[in-house]
Amino acid sequence: MSSPRLRTRKLDIRTGRIDLSHGAGGRATAQLIEEIFREAFDNPYLNRGDDQAAFDVTGERMVMSTDAYVIWPLFFPGGDIGSLAVHGTINDVAMAGARPLHLAASYIIEEGFPLVDLQRIALSMGAAAKDAGVAIVTGDTKVVERGKADGVFITTTGIGVVPPGIELSGDRARPGDRVVLSGSIGDHGVAVMSKRSNLGFETELLSDSAALHGLVARMLAATGPSLRLMRDPTRGGLAATLNELAQQSRCGFLIEEAQIPVRPEVAAACELLGLDPLNVANEGKLVAVVAPEAAESLLLTMRAHPLGRYASIIGEVIEDDQRFVQMTTAFGGGRIVDWLTGEQLPRIC
Amino acid sequence: MKYIDEYRDGELARAIAATIAHEAVAGRTYRFMEFCGGHTHAISRYGIEDLLPSNVEMVHGPGCPVCVLPVGRIDHAIRLAMQPEITLCTYADLMRVPASGGTNLLKAKAAGADIRMIYSSLDAIQIAETEPGRQVVFFAIGFETTTPSTAMAIKIAHDKQLMNFSVFCNHVLTPSAIRAILDTATLPDAETVRVDGFVGPAHVSAVIGIQPYVGLAAEFGKPVVVAGFEPLDVMQAILMLVRQLNTDRCEVENQYIRIVTPAGNRIAQRAMTEVFDLRDSFEWRGLGELPTSALRIRDAYAQYDAERRFEIVTRSAADNPACECGDVLRGLKKPVDCKLFGTVCSPETPMGSCMVSPEGACAAQWTYGRFRTRAKAAPDRAAA
Repeated sequence: MSSPRLRTRKLDIRTGRIDLSHGAGGRATAQLIEEIFREAFDNPYLNRGDDQAAFDVTGERMVMSTDAYVIWPLFFPGGDIGSLAVHGTINDVAMAGARPLHLAASYIIEEGFPLVDLQRIALSMGAAAKDAGVAIVTGDTKVVERGKADGVFITTTGIGVVPPGIELSGDRARPGDRVVLSGSIGDHGVAVMSKRSNLGFETELLSDSAALHGLVARMLAATGPSLRLMRDPTRGGLAATLNELAQQSRCGFLIEEAQIPVRPEVAAACELLGLDPLNVANEGKLVAVVAPEAAESLLLTMRAHPLGRYASIIGEVIEDDQRFVQMTTAFGGGRIVDWLTGEQLPRIC
Repeated sequence: MKYIDEYRDGELARAIAATIAHEAVAGRTYRFMEFCGGHTHAISRYGIEDLLPSNVEMVHGPGCPVCVLPVGRIDHAIRLAMQPEITLCTYADLMRVPASGGTNLLKAKAAGADIRMIYSSLDAIQIAETEPGRQVVFFAIGFETTTPSTAMAIKIAHDKQLMNFSVFCNHVLTPSAIRAILDTATLPDAETVRVDGFVGPAHVSAVIGIQPYVGLAAEFGKPVVVAGFEPLDVMQAILMLVRQLNTDRCEVENQYIRIVTPAGNRIAQRAMTEVFDLRDSFEWRGLGELPTSALRIRDAYAQYDAERRFEIVTRSAADNPACECGDVLRGLKKPVDCKLFGTVCSPETPMGSCMVSPEGACAAQWTYGRFRTRAKAAPDRAAA
């Protein structure tokens, strides 16, 4: 029997590739975890080397959320699948008003995937988690045969705790409430699209991918229970989010196109491709519904935070048994803002 | 956005709207057909109907290429795509158009057909070059707007002797469809469509110019104003049509002077003429068989014609009998007049093609305008 302390040569990050042995659960798997993930994610929970992380539970309400990331291309302006997998799940936890505590990460890697790319993703993921102050405390790695996955897929699960007295949920919008958007829409979707080879356009635009829990904490501190709900408009864009909320809260929305910030680059790309920015994905924006009397102070609080600098009150909640999201166009007419039919662009997150 | 925002200015829109309201003679109704789906989309997306007086009404026309493609041609494309050696390249709009037996290209793709969504005919050329083992078929549809790019793809394939590339050609002609709408003799049940004038398609005229409409306008006594796709373009064209009717004129006018010249784009026309000639007849969804209304690939380029290379015969297939797409396309009915609209037929589960493309009259009404139907229906209910 060979000794577990047998010295193995370090991974050849520069030219090496993932092979099936990296997923077989043997020494190669252990080496991959050690040299790529543990180095990148470095924290006491993970460093113990157990199959789970153990931590104390407080008396507060806990929030848990999970998300799979299959975005293509893996690297895009302003981020990559690793940072996105941290930001996206933190945001899902934070939208409940929770303070995110820990993340778990599960990797499915395709045979042949370059180690240098895997390390780049892991380092980016570790950096994003460190910046957010949320440790990746446990994880898993699987390798599948070539052609059975596309590079790498990542699933992250996050847990967090909600401060006492806060209860945010998509069913709490009431007629008269105001709708606040934290910034410009469509940045992420357009930045990703610009890297799709068959679309052939270039932009300096970066994805807005960011962890929003810092902004959320400020919003809660300033507004407290007047804040009814928050949601991050990711896949399907602002249009899908408002329609989801209209269904959940059994109400309608009336928004004003002129109040919705859209960067000129995003507007131009959407114009060219025949897309509507309202349907394009975001990864660092949130929509908040707030009691009317607290809307202005919430807006000021948000604008004082870097991730809410361009926040805007975009409309209000109205009574509507048909739960339509209506918009006054900048042109002066009215229209519905509907769910997107089919998919505008696959694998955006 | 420079050169876009100027054409979407709300204040100017209100000024034009006020002029239309002022000049439209009270007691007279004005019914204009916007032929092109691009205009239908602009009217719905910007809420132009809300800016028009009640006696100026827009009727949606058949100028949506996806909507007029008959079921039999989609069936044909699916049969092509199901052949193991074929890669079918298509614009994304076509993926969900219902074919016979409840299927569509999206379902055929899920069942294993190699169907790829592309943005340009040249993408199909590129696929043929990089995958020489595949027979790459480009599913070409559209009016004169997209025809030149198909012509160029065929010419490039010819220059490169790209023998694994071919085109399933479904290009159709705008003036033929306008004639069909006006010429009641070609309608099976001889119903008449009361249209007082046409908003003519923008990009089609960028290619063919405005001359092809001159004869039609004179023959049928209907004015045509070729207009751009921005909402202010449409508003201005409506005003120009109102003025023509008020002064008993029946002319072909060009609102879209920043793009359209009277003679059109001669280079594009030459490419089209070189590669295509007229079909004797072609089936249009909703309009039936129309003589000399579509293009086929000339014999000189026959080797790039998928219909000849693969010898699949198009069989005419019936629409869902309850679907009113035919009457909607001819302007005889509004989407909300169809029993299927919004009940079993919606953009998620379209029964007819007008619900598939965002340029289709039903999809535009459903996606952008269905709150308006309710607003109008409500007082009726109150009165009852």
